[in-house]
Amino acid sequence: MAGGDNGASAAGEGRFVQAVPREAERVRFTIDGKSAEAQAGDSLLAAILVQRPVLRRHEFDGGERAGFCLMGACQDCWVWSEAGERLRACTTPVAAGMAIVTEPPAERFAHGRAHG
Amino acid sequence: MTMRRTDVVIVGGGLIGAWTAFFLARRGRKVVLVEKGVVGAQSSGTNFGNLRLQGRFPGQYPLSLRAQALWEDIEELIGDRCEFDPSGHLYIAFNDAEREKLEKYAAVSESHGLAIEHLGAADLARRYPWLSGKAVAATFSPRDATANPRLVTPAVARAAKALGVEVVEQCTVMQARREAAGFVLETADGRSFGCDHLVNAAGAWAGEIAQMFGEGAPLFPAGPPQFVTEPFPYFIRPSVQAVDGTVIFRQIPRGNVILAGYPRTAADPIRNRAPVPPAKTLAAMRHLTAVVPALRDCHVIRVWSGIEGYLPDMIPVIGPSMTTDGLFHAFGFCGHGFQIGPGVGLCLSEMICDGSTETPLDPFSIARFRGAVAEDEKFRREFDLPAAAR
Amino acid sequence: MAELMAEVVIVGAGPAGIRAAGILAAQGLRPILVDEGRQAGGQGYRRPSPGLALDMDTLMGTEAGKYKALHADFAALLNRIDYRPRTLVWGIEDRRLHCVRDGRQTTIAFDALIVATGAMDRIAPLPGWILPGVFTLGGAQAVLKDQGCLVGRRVAFLGASPLLSLAALQYRKLGAEVVAVCDTSSFRDKIAALPQLAAVPRTLARGIAYLAALKRARVPLFDGVTPLAIEGEAGVTALRFRDGRGHERRIACDAVALGYGLKPETQLAELAGARFAFDARFRLWLPVTDEDGRAGEGLYLAGDGAAIGGADAAEASGALAALAVLHDLGLRSEHDERPALRRRLARLRRFQQGLARAFRWPVAALARLSDEVAVCRCEHVTAGDIRRAMDADLGPVDVNRVKAITRCGMGRCQGRVCGPALQEIAAAHAGLPVEAVGRLRGQAPLKPVPLGILEEEEA
Ligand SMILES: Cc1cc2nc3c(=O)[nH]c(=O)nc-3n(C[C@H](O)[C@H](O)[C@H](O)COP(=O)(O)OP(=O)(O)OC[C@H]3O[C@@H](n4cnc5c(N)ncnc54)[C@H](O)[C@@H]3O)c2cc1C
Ligand SMILES: Cc1cc2nc3c(=O)[nH]c(=O)nc-3n(C[C@H](O)[C@H](O)[C@H](O)COP(=O)(O)OP(=O)(O)OC[C@H]3O[C@@H](n4cnc5c(N)ncnc54)[C@H](O)[C@@H]3O)c2cc1C
Ligand code: FES
Repeated sequence: MAGGDNGASAAGEGRFVQAVPREAERVRFTIDGKSAEAQAGDSLLAAILVQRPVLRRHEFDGGERAGFCLMGACQDCWVWSEAGERLRACTTPVAAGMAIVTEPPAERFAHGRAHG
Repeated sequence: MTMRRTDVVIVGGGLIGAWTAFFLARRGRKVVLVEKGVVGAQSSGTNFGNLRLQGRFPGQYPLSLRAQALWEDIEELIGDRCEFDPSGHLYIAFNDAEREKLEKYAAVSESHGLAIEHLGAADLARRYPWLSGKAVAATFSPRDATANPRLVTPAVARAAKALGVEVVEQCTVMQARREAAGFVLETADGRSFGCDHLVNAAGAWAGEIAQMFGEGAPLFPAGPPQFVTEPFPYFIRPSVQAVDGTVIFRQIPRGNVILAGYPRTAADPIRNRAPVPPAKTLAAMRHLTAVVPALRDCHVIRVWSGIEGYLPDMIPVIGPSMTTDGLFHAFGFCGHGFQIGPGVGLCLSEMICDGSTETPLDPFSIARFRGAVAEDEKFRREFDLPAAAR
Repeated sequence: MAELMAEVVIVGAGPAGIRAAGILAAQGLRPILVDEGRQAGGQGYRRPSPGLALDMDTLMGTEAGKYKALHADFAALLNRIDYRPRTLVWGIEDRRLHCVRDGRQTTIAFDALIVATGAMDRIAPLPGWILPGVFTLGGAQAVLKDQGCLVGRRVAFLGASPLLSLAALQYRKLGAEVVAVCDTSSFRDKIAALPQLAAVPRTLARGIAYLAALKRARVPLFDGVTPLAIEGEAGVTALRFRDGRGHERRIACDAVALGYGLKPETQLAELAGARFAFDARFRLWLPVTDEDGRAGEGLYLAGDGAAIGGADAAEASGALAALAVLHDLGLRSEHDERPALRRRLARLRRFQQGLARAFRWPVAALARLSDEVAVCRCEHVTAGDIRRAMDADLGPVDVNRVKAITRCGMGRCQGRVCGPALQEIAAAHAGLPVEAVGRLRGQAPLKPVPLGILEEEEA
């Protein structure tokens, strides 16, 4: 999906634009293993979408999703943590050290062993 | 008022009524299937979808096995597979006493020719690594299966209709009596039907129909609470059940886990409601995560139940009336009518067309309620009903 | 005094819930105010998250005063109420709410329950609406207020709602390029609604001022629009529509904010036992209440969750519900404010009925929605799937049966998003009035709850 016709989803670009700055502690977290930065108190959804065009792949239609209602109603923004937790990105604040994965952690379901 | 005459009227468009109509029509009978709502929307459309053979009451095996053979042929029979899946059923024990119970169940199953695999803790860990150590032993029956209950009854009714059955929806039978020339039925919308044979397949409401013929059975409505999770990768193939009754679950290939919990909850057949108390939801969730810890973080997205007819001995009533010639009952399926449904329909059609059926149905006779009836041990453990219903 | 021991619980800390809490606290009660969100304020008066340099005065414009007053009143209330944020109510049984807070189960017993759960956007699907970059109109505003984020760089606003122009202005103020504001209702609809809109001239004037400001800023405004598709592969790249004069247009954009007014969040009211009736003006099923919000024994409804009315009506109905609770507990004040509040609420709701008329829910477009468009975004059920299921012999007509057969409305959101569209598609396909196909029934849990929910702590 390289190139201009994809608008905000051009490679490497985020979908959201941080229009107003926020004074808060910088925190590091990871998305699919890649290191990322956000400010404590950002919603996970905003923290991800300012740096990426999409949030997750849909279970049934295979298409990409980036959330929809942004207020905890449509349930279209659930992502995973590496440890297997489910996080509703639009209502979960990002926290230092979070390890987010946008696909279900396959290993957990192959063997079904919960971590920890 | 003109009366519509036919060979057989079936009251109740659930799975039982639909299969009975289907098999009667295959034998050339003229059938009217009368349903007060729409077909397959009650118990038959809300159930868990288990087609379990293990752990049945011994007298039910001939009927259950006959029914399973029909399920295995469902696509051939009605032209629709309805998500039938021979997923197998894993019956798990949490301690030695339960393991012994499983062994007893297995002996019964095996005596009827069912293949059962006996699994110890090491086998379980190897074959089902997602099971917690809580399960110490299990029996696995590969012939047990599952299907999608929301699809089955409408599909069977459609097939019956294609064979000539008249399906009348939104029509409540209010009165039924036997006259010299046969049965006469009157419905809430002012229609009347006459027939030679009448089948009472009215589910949790069947007691009212039986009473119209001076016949009684201690039928009461209840439903096991059901839950479904969000979808996630498919990793649980068999349907799994704890022999202590605390948890039953299966995952469908789409990824959702369906879970049933006990105790059963009281249902209201008059207001047509079967609410699930939140405490039951929580208890079932806890039992499930104790058995499959990997599900801990997955979410329950919906709960529901249904209105099922139960009898205190946990055995259904199937067969001829004791008071009225030509009347047949099939009700009180006590939470397992989905599996035997096609078999019940076939047997009823044989009794109506041939006067008898090869399948032994004596244990299911309504006659047993004329004497004292032994309560099933499950009865106390797996129900919590308002005192009035006990 | 026995009455003072009565436990009153309010669900929803928006304007309705906050006003209700204030009135109860003023009478010496200590209500419990529960809200799923991290901050009080609800939807319309959502607060920026801490540290965000958002100038709410400019953003809220003429409503800034009310916004500040509500939050100031709430701050002053805090030590007289039991406020429980981050607490989702997911179930109810026998005068007890079941909640989850930080992954832990809690229950809250009540004698009287005020449900003030607000609303969400009403959505009409169109081709491409599930692409990344399409958001609800309310969501586009929410993420701006809460996070200071714009949902894209070149944003189109599509639907039928007075909030279209408000949101477009807010986006423009904060640096977005607003490429189009496309209103699917026509100028004629608005003229027809004028008599009702005149019930609240101030708000009417505000709406007109928003439009004028957009015009001055040369934002392309279209009305009487027929949406054709949102285009894109991996994300939104354009909005295609026919304008009021019948010209087809394609406008490049990277985000679309979509909304057709609001629909109440009635699931909790339903589980609590409220009855529902179809309201033809909104084409919504609404809970039945008396004029003060009573919906059953010990059950009171207020705000947008009872009937769409906007923030002012939410405050008035919240106050009325609280006064009804006090009245029913036998605590009457000598000065009865209820008649005045009732008149005010009736006027505000009349205005809202005017809005529903001016900004029409696109019934005909939904009837024509092409078969391949997904209606249910959770389960990916298309309009064609719905119609095919209905066409089958003995196929369903009632939407709950359509759900049972197709899975439309069975997913994570429990039909919140697809419900209204499903009703229209089913009704049109069956050739029945929309109220004849029923409404999706609510079921617990109100929102997903984790299987590994921790046990309740001993109180
Ligand atoms: C939640 C739940 C889970 C279950 N899980 C399983 C399972 O996993 N495996 C299994 O084998 N079984 C299961 N069961 C049991 C199984 O679903 C039932 O035993 C079976 O569906 C019974 O079918 P039926 O046709 O007798 O009843 P129903 O489906 O209830 O049909 C009876 C019909 O009669 C109609 N009716 C009643 N009175 C009248 C009247 N006067 N006039 C016209 N129509 C009338 C009703 O509207 C109804 O549609 C479960 C049941 C429930 C509720
Ligand atoms: C997304 C959105 C944006 C809006 N933007 C504007 C705007 O910019 N300007 C304007 O004038 N109007 C706006 N509105 C209209 C707005 O709804 C009303 O003006 C006003 O907020 C209604 O107040 P309320 O108190 O009825 O509900 P709300 O303000 O919606 O508050 C309801 C509260 O209930 C809580 N809640 C709901 N269900 C549960 C539950 N099960 N458990 C716990 N808590 C729960 C929610 O978290 C929420 O905080 C918007 C509406 C929406 C939906
Ligand atoms: S975007 Fe709808 S719930 Fe998060």
